[in-house]
Amino acid sequence: MPDLACRITRDPIDAAALLRDAVSPSDGAALLFWGVVRDEHDGRAVSSLEYEAYAPMAEAKLAEIAAEARERWGTGEIVVVHRVGRLEVGEASVAIVVAAPHRAEAYEASRYVIEELKQRVPVWKREGYVDGTREWVPGFAPRVEEGAL
Amino acid sequence: MNVRSLFFATYRDMAGSEELVVELAAPATVEDLVRELRATRSGLASLPSAPVVAVNMTYAPLSTALSDGDEVAFIPPVAGG
Repeated sequence: MPDLACRITRDPIDAAALLRDAVSPSDGAALLFWGVVRDEHDGRAVSSLEYEAYAPMAEAKLAEIAAEARERWGTGEIVVVHRVGRLEVGEASVAIVVAAPHRAEAYEASRYVIEELKQRVPVWKREGYVDGTREWVPGFAPRVEEGAL
Repeated sequence: MNVRSLFFATYRDMAGSEELVVELAAPATVEDLVRELRATRSGLASLPSAPVVAVNMTYAPLSTALSDGDEVAFIPPVAGG
């Protein structure tokens, strides 16, 4: 059964809808991490980013990370949505909503999800610069455990 | 046996294709597939000899045995967020 709370999408992310869907009566807080496209990287002027994903595996990895965070901090629902395709400066590339009974665990869990996402979710991005050139952004090599299969 | 090889980002640029079906003599491991690709596909000569791969959507070591119909994704360093 796919976890619809964790998904890759080509569509703009609707933060209000994610917050509404994540919160349940036992929650006292919901925290939104909103990752957006910035206009510069390492001193170069950026005009857009193109994201791509190995979508079915990326969704499975997002669900795995969300489950780890829920278990570790005892939060409520965790929703993670990552966009793919071409994004302009200021658009959101990733949204993470953590609903929880209390704020402390929401902050911890949110930080965990974004850091782990960057380490092991198969998503890539190519920066388009104002001067018309474009380059893949260097990333992290996911850790492979021996005997994983 | 036939395995589906998927390429993303910089590796797709090298391969010139998102997907290649590769025929391997059984038994074969991921390492055999990497060797075959590096030796026989011109653009993939520069594929790392020990790339990160996912077999059927799970990160897997090079020693992993392959079966007919497996999907092997070549995963360059990831950069989500």
